[in-house]
Amino acid sequence: MSRAALARQKIEAAEARLDGLILPDGATWATEARRAAEARVRAAGLPQRRDEYWRFTNPAPLLSDEVVPSSTDLPEESPVFGEVDRLRIVFVDGIFDPAQSDALEMAGLEIETLAEATATDIHWAKSVFGVLEEAGQKPVDRSLAALNTASAEEGIVIRATAKAEKPVALVYLQSAPASEAMIHHVIRVEEGAELTLLETGPAAARFSKVMEVDVADRGTFHHVRAQGRAHERLAHTHAFARLGTESVYKSFTLTANGRLTRNEHVVELTGDDAVAHIAGACVGDGSDFLHDDTVFITHDAVNCESRQVFKKVLRNGATGVFQGKILVKEGAQKTDGYQISQSLLLDDDSQFLAKPELEIYADDVACSHGSTSGAIDDEALFYLRSRGVAHEDATDLLTLAFLAEALDEIEDERLADDLRDRLENWLKRRK
Amino acid sequence: MLEIKGLKVKLEEEDKAILKGVDLKVNAGEVHAIMGPNGSGKSTLSYVLSGRDGYEVTDGTATLDGDDLLDLEPEERAALGLFLAFQYPVEIPGVGNMTFLRTAVNAQRKARDQDELSAADFLKLVRARAKDLKIDAEMLKRPVNVGFSGGEKKRNEILQMAMLEPRMCILDETDSGLDVDAMKLVSDGVNALRDEGRGFLVITHYQRLLDHIKPDVVHIMADGRIVKTGGPELALEVETNGYADILAEVA
Repeated sequence: MSRAALARQKIEAAEARLDGLILPDGATWATEARRAAEARVRAAGLPQRRDEYWRFTNPAPLLSDEVVPSSTDLPEESPVFGEVDRLRIVFVDGIFDPAQSDALEMAGLEIETLAEATATDIHWAKSVFGVLEEAGQKPVDRSLAALNTASAEEGIVIRATAKAEKPVALVYLQSAPASEAMIHHVIRVEEGAELTLLETGPAAARFSKVMEVDVADRGTFHHVRAQGRAHERLAHTHAFARLGTESVYKSFTLTANGRLTRNEHVVELTGDDAVAHIAGACVGDGSDFLHDDTVFITHDAVNCESRQVFKKVLRNGATGVFQGKILVKEGAQKTDGYQISQSLLLDDDSQFLAKPELEIYADDVACSHGSTSGAIDDEALFYLRSRGVAHEDATDLLTLAFLAEALDEIEDERLADDLRDRLENWLKRRK
Repeated sequence: MLEIKGLKVKLEEEDKAILKGVDLKVNAGEVHAIMGPNGSGKSTLSYVLSGRDGYEVTDGTATLDGDDLLDLEPEERAALGLFLAFQYPVEIPGVGNMTFLRTAVNAQRKARDQDELSAADFLKLVRARAKDLKIDAEMLKRPVNVGFSGGEKKRNEILQMAMLEPRMCILDETDSGLDVDAMKLVSDGVNALRDEGRGFLVITHYQRLLDHIKPDVVHIMADGRIVKTGGPELALEVETNGYADILAEVA
């Protein structure tokens, strides 16, 4: 297909998708941002199979008019992070549910729904909403995120002005099998403030989420997410982050099951001495499973550190994708960039596709990247079995050990332990 | 206890015969040593008995108290009470030594229809056993064998043996890489486990380990066969004259 034909196909896909959506209206500050986002979608089109940026992942199921139902009949399990003292904000099929949520109040935080924030004449969120997403459209189009900005009416808007006393937990529940959810969160962590955001649950049969996070100087943002276990669900999520001087941004995602999950992280280190850690662990089972981590980190200041640690365990024909880039701009000296993506393939049918990239325009930097795929270590497996550990249990133990390095990226031990225990149980549930 | 009859084994991939008819019987309460030059098949024998992949048994049998070992999975052999102390203990990053020990102990108990040990009972037991082997809390916390010195790895093998209390213990070149002090520690650990109900097969190059772990029977292995069997004096003969004389004598 020629370039022009691909461009035309993308634009036609955008027109078709936009025709099927009712975009929010009204004369507020947000409408302008949404219209601008809509224009971005129309101009760039929506991703197609032949897009280089979607080389390993077919975006078609994310764009179709019809949402394929995803069963909500899941094995009983205690809520993720249920033991952690947290402020719960519940979305059912992508709609905020005040009845199941805690009061949106906490010392040091201003919390509103996106609907409330976008109904005002003037709001601080104007400097973030659609702004970080737009900045993240270069050098690669991320039209699905722009589409989300243009159309999402649900989401949460949080401004942290001090150290939040406990985490804010976004709990996504799916009730209707063929539900579609579009959620857009806007977060600003003010100077010296600190916020931990948790996300759990399958949200919907098809879930589009954008999170824009603006971390001011010396602010700290932690994000820990467990994506739902539902087998058939689809999700594409984007996190756009802008980091000020000496700020810290750390994100961890655990993904299990799901037919298609694409998590994009776009982080720009704009202040000196900022730190960004993005990590993920994924367990994929079955030939209808595809998990894609796409990360783009831009160093645009001096002495910043970025770290990407991604581990995937794939079995029964599952596919894992990693596209990770570190861009070090001119003048971003003393950059410390690290990236590792590894997969453990438990059989010959599973595959891992990785595209690690470094692009460096400064001369005094330390950047490294590595990517590996491997099978279970036979020596270790025999050693465990010779001590009486059954084959499957030994495999699980080695699998958890493989994922441990990614889980170790979570600073809060309570959260890490919860996810570790769950993973152990999930691994035991073989298809 | 352990009875091996006419055992012939070849490498699966190379079609190369390694064991060419091994006969051996270890009774409960006995310590047997197997000595022999490099490449004689000593380590292969230990791997075949414990169920490692890559070998094909072409003839013969190996039983533990009448149970056919060769048909069983490695974990089933372990549950029957067979234990191999590895020549090169494997490093397992990401798995804590304590988790590993507890998983192994409870897996075997479960296979034998025994209740799992409670966390408290396990901890008490492992601390007592570790203390005897001078294994500190730090070593128990670290990932299995990762960053352990040669001596620490071998002590860790003996700790596993002490925790699992197998009936039949095979020690594959446990003395390799040990200094004098570590050799004493390891030997004391093994000797503490000697009793009437337990058999040992100690594979070694050198006589010096047998100064500490006194064998009842010594076998000399060469070219895939046991060529000579005798008492402890046979080990001393090897120490003094090397293998050449013995091999020449049986040739």
